[in-house]
Amino acid sequence: MSAMVVLMIIVAAIEVVQPFIVGWLIDRVIIPENFEYMYLFVIVFGLLGIIQAANIFVLIVIAGKLEVGICYDIRKEGFNRLQELSFSYYDRTPTGWIMTRMTSDITRLGDVITWGFVDISWGLAYMLIMAITMFAVNFRLAMVSLSVIPPLILITLWFQKKLLRGYRKIRNVNSRLTAGYNEGIEGARTTKTLVREKRNTREFEEITNTMRRRTVRTATVAAFYLPAVLTFGAVGTALALWRGGSALLAGTGITYGALVSFVFATAGFFEPVMELSRVFADLQYAQASAEKVLSLLEEVPDIREEGTKPLLKSGLPGIEGAIRFESVDFQYRKGEVVLQDFNLEVQAGEILALVGESGAGKSTVVNLVCRFYEPTRGRILIDGIDYRKHSQVWLQSRLGYVLQTPHLFSGSVMENIRYGRLEASDDEVIEAAKLVGGHDFILNMVDGYASDVGTSGAKLSMGEKQLISFARAILVNPAVFVLDEATSSVDTQTEEAIRKAIHRVLERRTSFIIAHRLSTIREADRIVLLSKGRIIEEGPHETLIRRRGAYWELYTRQLRLESETRLLE
Amino acid sequence: MNGLRQLNTHLRGRRLLYFSTFIAAAAASFFGLLQPQVVGIVIDVGIGKKTWTGAPWLAAQFDRLNSQNLILYGALFSIALMAISGFFMYLQYRWSAIVAEDTSKRIRERLYNHLQNLDYEYHTKSNTGDLIQRCTSDVDTIRNFLSTQANEVGSGIFLVITTAVLMASLNKPLTFFSMAVFPILFLFGYIFFSKVKILFSATDEAEARLSETLQKNIHGIRVVRAFARADYEIEGFDTKNIEYRDRSFHLTKLLAWYWSISEIMCFSQIGIVMAVGGWWAAGGKITLGTAIVFFTYVGRLLWPVREMGRTLTEMGKAMVSLRRIQEVFDIPPERETGAYQRKIRGEIEFRNVSFQYKNQRPVLRNINCKVGPGEIVGILGPTGSGKSTLVHLLPRLYRPNEGRVLIDSVDAGSWRSESLRSQVCISLQETFLFNRSLRENIILAAPEIADGLIETSTEAAYLGEVIENFEDGYETLVGEGGVTLSGGQKQRVAIARTLIRLPRVIILDDCFSAVDTQTGANILAEIRKRFIDTTIFIVTHQVSTLKEVDRILILENGGISHEGSHEELIRGDNLYRRIWDIQNVPPETDLI
Repeated sequence: MSAMVVLMIIVAAIEVVQPFIVGWLIDRVIIPENFEYMYLFVIVFGLLGIIQAANIFVLIVIAGKLEVGICYDIRKEGFNRLQELSFSYYDRTPTGWIMTRMTSDITRLGDVITWGFVDISWGLAYMLIMAITMFAVNFRLAMVSLSVIPPLILITLWFQKKLLRGYRKIRNVNSRLTAGYNEGIEGARTTKTLVREKRNTREFEEITNTMRRRTVRTATVAAFYLPAVLTFGAVGTALALWRGGSALLAGTGITYGALVSFVFATAGFFEPVMELSRVFADLQYAQASAEKVLSLLEEVPDIREEGTKPLLKSGLPGIEGAIRFESVDFQYRKGEVVLQDFNLEVQAGEILALVGESGAGKSTVVNLVCRFYEPTRGRILIDGIDYRKHSQVWLQSRLGYVLQTPHLFSGSVMENIRYGRLEASDDEVIEAAKLVGGHDFILNMVDGYASDVGTSGAKLSMGEKQLISFARAILVNPAVFVLDEATSSVDTQTEEAIRKAIHRVLERRTSFIIAHRLSTIREADRIVLLSKGRIIEEGPHETLIRRRGAYWELYTRQLRLESETRLLE
Repeated sequence: MNGLRQLNTHLRGRRLLYFSTFIAAAAASFFGLLQPQVVGIVIDVGIGKKTWTGAPWLAAQFDRLNSQNLILYGALFSIALMAISGFFMYLQYRWSAIVAEDTSKRIRERLYNHLQNLDYEYHTKSNTGDLIQRCTSDVDTIRNFLSTQANEVGSGIFLVITTAVLMASLNKPLTFFSMAVFPILFLFGYIFFSKVKILFSATDEAEARLSETLQKNIHGIRVVRAFARADYEIEGFDTKNIEYRDRSFHLTKLLAWYWSISEIMCFSQIGIVMAVGGWWAAGGKITLGTAIVFFTYVGRLLWPVREMGRTLTEMGKAMVSLRRIQEVFDIPPERETGAYQRKIRGEIEFRNVSFQYKNQRPVLRNINCKVGPGEIVGILGPTGSGKSTLVHLLPRLYRPNEGRVLIDSVDAGSWRSESLRSQVCISLQETFLFNRSLRENIILAAPEIADGLIETSTEAAYLGEVIENFEDGYETLVGEGGVTLSGGQKQRVAIARTLIRLPRVIILDDCFSAVDTQTGANILAEIRKRFIDTTIFIVTHQVSTLKEVDRILILENGGISHEGSHEELIRGDNLYRRIWDIQNVPPETDLI
C-alpha cells in the first residue's frame, strides 16, 4: 500500500512537472535562443518518460496483485464460511443472494479498495503538488488561477449528487424492465389464454417510457457536467492568461515560461477533481457491497461444535447406531412448533419406516437424526451419548443419505457415486451401483459410467437419480442410513430395484426411511406413523394392519392410489 | 455488415438526429481547437508584438486592439470558445443519449411485443434465461455502442482531422513531427486489444467456472453436509479461485505492459514536438505562440487516440448483439388466419382431427366427437394420451394437422383469435401468477370488471376463505416477493380468473390436480350452477368428479376408446370402470 502511495506521488509529480518543463524550455532555450540546453531537455524529458513508464508498470502490477489477492482471500473465506453454515441459513437465504455476494460484490470491493485507493492518492497528490509548484513559481498568479478550484469542487459535488440519484433510479427501472421480460416470457402461455397480449405490451411500454425518460434526464445532466467543468477550466486558463499576460507586458517579474506553464497547468485542473468525485461515487456504491459481504462472513452457524474442533475422519470412534430421542422439541421458526416432547428409541441395525401426511414431521425427524438441525429442547443420544458431545464430522462421515429430490452434481455418473467415498476405486463404485440395481441402466447410457448427468442430473429420470444417490450413500458404508423416498412415482423397475436394495444393503445398519410406496414400507422392521409431530401408531406392519386403525386407512388409500396410477400410466 | 443494415432499420426516425450528433461532435472539436490559437495570438500579438502566422480570420478579430485590451479580450474570447465548444459537446452527448435511448426503447418494445405474439408451442419450450439475456444485456450493448463507442470513435476522428488541418495551416513540417507517433500509438492499442481479446474471454470463462463451482456447491449443500465433504469442496473451490486469480493477474500484467509502453510513446510524441518546435522557435522559424499551439494540440490528441484502438476492438460486440437480437425477431410469430367473430353458443365438433408436435410422433389420431351447447364433458386417459392437447385445440393454441375443429360449425382457424380465446377460456394445470396483488391476478383478463363479479368468481372457485385469511385480503401481493400460494390455491386463482371472463366454453385442463377431491367436486358443482348454458370440458383423474358430468371421453393412444355417461361406462369394461372399482370396492386382498 505504502509503495503504491509513493509511486502514485511520483506519477503525479511527473505529470505536474510537464507544464513547468515547457516553461523552462521557453525561458532557457526559446527566448534566449540558446540551443545548448536543448540536449539537457531531451535527456531529462526522455528520462522522465522512462521513469514514468516504469512507475506505471510497477504500479499496475502491484495494485493488480493486491486486487486479485484481496478478491481471492475474501472469496476463500466466504466459501469456508458457507461450508460451516447450517441448513437453516440456506433455508432463509436465496442462492442468488449468496452468488451475488460471492461474485460481483467481492469483485467490486477488490476494485474499489485497490484502484479507488490508487485514484485517490493520485488525485490528491496531483492537486497538492500542482498547488505547491504554482505557489513556488508565482504566488500572485497562483492565487488568481487556483481561485477556480473551490467553485469547481462545488459544481462537481452538486452534479455528482444529481447523477448518483439519477443512476439509482435508472437501476430501479432496469430491474423492473428485466422483471417485465421475465413475466412476459414465463407467463406467455397464460397471456395467450387470457388474450392479454396487447394490454401486456401497453403495460410494458409504461416501463420502457419511464426508462427512457429517466435515462435521458440523467444523460442530460451528465452531458452538461463535462462541458461545465471544461468551461470552468477555461476560466482558470483565461485568468492566468489575462493576469499573467498583463504582468508580462508590464514587465513585473514574470517570464514567458511561467505564463505558459500556468496556462497549461490550469487546463489540467478539472481532471483530478472529476476523478476524485468519480471515486467517491464508486465508494458509496461499494459500501453497500462491503456491508453485505461482511454480513455473510460474520454469519454464525446455528450448530457449533462443543469444545473439540472437528477431528480427522480416520481417528473417529465408531458408531453402533442405537439412537434415542429424549423429550425433543423442535421448531424451524419461532412459534411454529413441529415436534413437542418427542420420544423415540431405535435399536442399532433396525430399519424404521416413517409414514404420515405431508407436514407430519417425518423429514424433521431425519433432519434431527442427521444433525442438520439440533433439538431446541431435549436431546438425541447416539449409542447412549448426546450427539452434541461429538463433532458433526463424527456422525456425518458415517451417514448414508438419500434425499427426496436426489441431488446430483454435474459431472459423470462415476464421479457422482464416488462422492460417497472419494478414495473408492472404480470397481468399488461399480459394486455399489450393482448393489442398488443401477448397474444395468448405467451401462445402457451412452458412455456408461463416464456419462455426463447434466446440470443437477437433468439428463436422468427421477428414479435413475434416486438409484445413483442410493449407490453413493451405500459407498460410505454407513452406520446410519436415511432414505427420503421421492413422492413422485418412479417406474416399476426402479421401484423394484430400490425395494431389493433396501432389503440387501440396509441389514445391520440403523435406517430411517421416509416411505411413500407400499413396497418400501413393507421392508421395514417397524413402522412409525406420525401425525402433527406425534407418533400415533407404531409397530410391525402385520400388527398395525390387524389393528385397523390410522395405519390401515393410510395403507389402503395408498393401495388404491398406486393401482390407479398404474392404470393411468 | 448485415448488422449495420439492421442497426440502420432500428434507427428509423432518429437517423437525422444521429447524424446531427456527429455534426455537433465536429463543431465541438473545431471550437475547442480554436482556443489554443487564441492563446497563441495573445502571446505572439498581444505580448510579443508580432503578427499571427495562423488562421488570419481569427487574427483579424484582434485587429486594432492595444496590447492590454488584446490580452483581456483574448482571455474572454478563449472562455467563449470553450463555452461554445462545450455547448456543442452538450448537444452531442444529449442527442446521442436520446438516439440511443429511443432506439433501445424501440428494440425493447418490439422484442416484448414479438415474444408475446410467438405461438403457444414456442413458449412451451423457450429458454427464458437466454431470451432475457438477449432482451437486456444485448440491447444495452447496442445502446452503449450508439451513445458512447460510435461517438468516441466519431469525435476522435474529427478531432484528429481538424487538428491536422489546423496544424498544417500553421506549419506543415512541424505538423509532420507532431503526428509522427500517433499512427503507431493507435495501431499499438488496436493490435494489443485485438490480441488480448482471447485472454479477456479466457478470464471471463475462469470466472464463470468459479461461479459454476460455487453454485454447484450451494445447490448441493445438503449432500455436501450429509457426506461431510466440506474439505473436499473447499479444495475444489480453491483450485478454481486460484485459476481465476492467476488468469486475472496475468491479464493485469499484460495491461501493465500496454500502459507503460503506450506511455513511452506518448512521451516520445510530446518530446519530439517540444524539441523540434522548441528548436525552430528558438531559431525564429516559428513563433513562440505557434509552438505553444502545437504543444497543446498534441496534448489534446493523446488520450482519444490511445483509447480509439481499444474502442474499435470492442465495437465488434455490438455486431454480435445485433445478430442475437435479430435471431429473436426471425422466429415466426403466430399467424392470424381468421376474421370471424360473434357470440359463441357452445357447439363443438372435432371432425377427423389428428395432431402431432413438430418432429414427434402423432398425439391425436382421427378424433371425431360432437358436443352440444351447455354439455359437460369429462376427459380421462393415461399420461401422454393426448387429453391436454385435445382441449388446447379449442382456443386454437394448437392447430390440428389434419381434420377440423368446429366451433358453432365454424372452423377454429376462421375465428379471430381474440374473439375465440376470450370466449373459449382454458384454465391450465400449471398456474402462472403475475407479480401483483391477488385482485389484479384475478382480473388480469378483464380489468374493467365490476367488484361484485370478482367476489362471485372467487366464491365459485372456493377461494373466498383463502383470501379472507390473508391480512391484506385481495390486495395481498403474490409471486416473487409476495406470499407463496400452495399449488391448490394457485389452481383456484386460475379458475377464478377464467370464470370472471364469463366464458361461453370453459376448459379445466387438469386444474384440480392439487385440489382435494371434495373441493374439486364442489367447484365443479358451483360452476354448473352458475354457467347453465355453457359448454364445459374437464380433464381430470378424479373419477368422483367425473361421475357428475354429462359425458365421459376415454382417450387412449391418441384416440377415443370409449365414451358415455357414468352409468353407461360403469356397466362395461374400460379404464373408467377399472379406476371406479379401485376407488369404490374395498381391497379384498390379504394386506398382510
